[in-house]
Amino acid sequence: MGRIAKYTRRGFLGLGIAAAGGLAVGYYYYQKPYPNPLPDTLEDGEFTFNPYVIIGLDNRITIITPRAEMGQGNHTTLAALVAEELEVDMDQITAEHGPAAPAYYNSAMMRDGAPFAFFEDGLVAETVRGAMGVVGKFLALQVTGGSTAMVDAYDKMREAGAAARMVLLEAAAARWGVPVENLKAARGAVLHPNGEQLSYGALVAEAALLKPPGSVVLKDPSEWRILGKSQQRVELLEKVTGAPIYGIDVELPDMLHATVSMAPRFGAKALSADTAAALATPGVLNVVEFVTNTEVGFGIVASNTWAAFEGARALNPTWEAASYPGDTAGLTALFDTTLAGEETFTMGGEGDAPGALDAASDRIEARYSVPFLAHTTMEPMNATAQFRDGKLKLWLGTQAPGLAASASAALLGIEAADVEVETLRLGGGFGRRVEADAAVYAAAIAAQTGGKPVKVTWSRETDIQHDAYRPMAVAQMRGALKDGLPEALDMRVAAASINKSFLGRVFPSLGGGGADRSILDGGFDQPFSWPHARFAAHQVDTAIPVGFWRSVGNSVNGFFYESFLDELAHAGGIDPLEMRLKMMQDPRHAPAREALKAVARMAGWGAALPEGVGQGISHVLSFGTWVAEVVQVDMRSGKVKIDKIWAVADPGLVLDPANLKDQVSSAIIYGLSAAIGQEITFADGRVMQENFYDYDALRMAGCPEIEVALLENSPRMGGGGEPGTPPVAAALGNAIFAASGQRLRDLPFGNSVEFDLG
Amino acid sequence: MELLVNGNTHVVDAPEEMPLLWVLRDMLDIKGPKFGCGVGACGACTVLIDGEPVRSCVTAAADISGAVTTIEGLPDGERLHKVQEAWIKHEVPQCGYCQAGQILTAVAFLERTPNPSDRDIDMAMDNLCRCGSYPRLRAAIKTAAGLEG
Ligand code: FES
Ligand code: FES
Repeated sequence: MGRIAKYTRRGFLGLGIAAAGGLAVGYYYYQKPYPNPLPDTLEDGEFTFNPYVIIGLDNRITIITPRAEMGQGNHTTLAALVAEELEVDMDQITAEHGPAAPAYYNSAMMRDGAPFAFFEDGLVAETVRGAMGVVGKFLALQVTGGSTAMVDAYDKMREAGAAARMVLLEAAAARWGVPVENLKAARGAVLHPNGEQLSYGALVAEAALLKPPGSVVLKDPSEWRILGKSQQRVELLEKVTGAPIYGIDVELPDMLHATVSMAPRFGAKALSADTAAALATPGVLNVVEFVTNTEVGFGIVASNTWAAFEGARALNPTWEAASYPGDTAGLTALFDTTLAGEETFTMGGEGDAPGALDAASDRIEARYSVPFLAHTTMEPMNATAQFRDGKLKLWLGTQAPGLAASASAALLGIEAADVEVETLRLGGGFGRRVEADAAVYAAAIAAQTGGKPVKVTWSRETDIQHDAYRPMAVAQMRGALKDGLPEALDMRVAAASINKSFLGRVFPSLGGGGADRSILDGGFDQPFSWPHARFAAHQVDTAIPVGFWRSVGNSVNGFFYESFLDELAHAGGIDPLEMRLKMMQDPRHAPAREALKAVARMAGWGAALPEGVGQGISHVLSFGTWVAEVVQVDMRSGKVKIDKIWAVADPGLVLDPANLKDQVSSAIIYGLSAAIGQEITFADGRVMQENFYDYDALRMAGCPEIEVALLENSPRMGGGGEPGTPPVAAALGNAIFAASGQRLRDLPFGNSVEFDLG
Repeated sequence: MELLVNGNTHVVDAPEEMPLLWVLRDMLDIKGPKFGCGVGACGACTVLIDGEPVRSCVTAAADISGAVTTIEGLPDGERLHKVQEAWIKHEVPQCGYCQAGQILTAVAFLERTPNPSDRDIDMAMDNLCRCGSYPRLRAAIKTAAGLEG
């Protein structure tokens, strides 16, 4: 814990902070690197070689894994990248999240924001992706999201391990007076041909003084000892013993507890509040007000969390009316009107879809919809803050420590450099903890506690009613067939821009964010050849905050697109798998074909099934990973029972097979919970759902058997945490159609059919 | 009031209706029981009272006369409980937040039902896991029961 304490004592966010001390021998990968933040955090007898590696005289090896660990096991795999090249074993290392620092920016995430399909690698696409990576570096976004942790780290962290190993070898060569070529590194030591060896700890003091290598040669994957093989997760013991590792577990001397009470209608102001009643609640110490970019609210400060909750109940504020249609029916009408009007922008596409559709004799048309969704991370939103002498400290589980710092600094009118963030474990993220709101509200309350630290815990009700929701969306799909095969597609989608909503919350000065590809992600960028296709976004603006929900736009459009393809297949009288394969003839689509064929084999696709039992198939490419899924349902009882789900995922390169399979399975269950039963609805401008009793998720009894297989045909590496989610809703709906002939076009399906969940 | 938690007696000055969860977390600094919903709907706050699983967020501390066991009190000294061992073997935790509640629920369940069927497991293990660790959780329970793996 020693170093963790040091992270909290020093600030690393200012770009102006140089690597202090005499050991700043960091190895850097790009022309203008950010400084290595680690020298300031070292304990006695420790040395750092670059932002990822610390080695102690006592042979303790610490690998910095600067992404949020929210259940996806990325600390294990990130550490393995370094360990592989450093030539140490996984049982010799400790993984630490490390400080918030620009050295850990995530460029892969910005690359993925470019408006091109993953398999598009023409010059323009590559140039724009490269430029967006530079933007990521400029903003120093240390973000965990977009399933980018591995893609971003793959070279950087292997190079970091190799660079440290090379200077350790050099130090040993100098000590022994033998050419470095004669030496070998293994299991944390350098081996002399004569059988002698020197541990890294014995060499580290000398090695740290050497100049880092200008270039490194990485191992060929055939030589890997660790990567490509399943590793035991590094944080198991603390998680089975209830260790206080999450943001919500922070305990500090003199710490106060608080909760927030905010406008149930987004953007509304308070008309009245019963402060006296709140203050009369035993344990309540103070009621403060705060105003941020997004919300107006109250902080109820107390001696414990429960008293704060009780105080918030007693406060019972009344609020202004909403600025947007107050109920779901009104919102639906707004979406339909927007859809009937001019599009905001189009993306991708081929030929002349409207012309081809007008000319076609064999046409089908359908309207689809998905609701707003909350994230409901298992650990409700919370953050702990202390504001003293113009400086802010934050303790929280976050996917974006840099954003938490800059947004809090902006609210308090201080420099981001005067904010320190200690990132703790996350009890779930799913995109929710990219948001800075929990940090900002904690900062606002901490500014009114006389310098005392305050832990601000949201009730589950607040967590559900103040989310940045997966956007509601409505799609109008038109398709034409020719000789039984799809000829033209016109896909129009009405949804809010996540970029615009998000930037408004964290970087209001940056404006609307332009054309937001998330409105069409999972549709325009899919591996199909259409003679004619058009993908149009109809942007809807409301004050309802929307954000990044596991797989973002792909979960929305994957459902629209893959369900409608199924409709086209049935209309054309062709097998849905067969039809997809026929539309994926481009060599660049090969990974999709292989994934579909593999999943079909696993599921026994095409075999005769009893009446009332059916299989549905779908494929979505998202975050660079190709995922095909088959769902089998049994509806003979009149209810939908999910027999089994098969999935094949191709991320190009599998670094930890067991962990990746877990991620795919987890993502499927997350998407399945939503497809079956989740929706956020509105009445009188407020979210109607409150807690798990009316916004539940699958429990064990309802969780079907899931079988996952992995492929490595894709030419580039993709992500792991999200791509399992997008195909599942369509595969389930397609299975229900196969079993019953009933086509479901609106999520959640539980509104139309009953599920047997055990 | 007096509370017996993990073998230690604590004297606590708390309001009558204060839930055990918050007495444990905020007054006794026992952080194993987690806050997930506050209404008894998720199981993250599960503790054992005289061996029975109880959702501590909806149980007033003042009403408790039995011995409270939290995840911190489950191991026998340095030795993990067999359910914890099975959880490590099967690498059940993802984010881990629900797991203290899952483990204690499983411990109580296996005491009562040493040879559970799949159906028994599904019925007894009703705690929410937003990470969807259910497939591994199921396997770990069978291992802990000595049934397979
Ligand atoms: S917190 Fe007690 S059941 Fe959810
Ligand atoms: S492991 Fe994350 S909620 Fe269960």
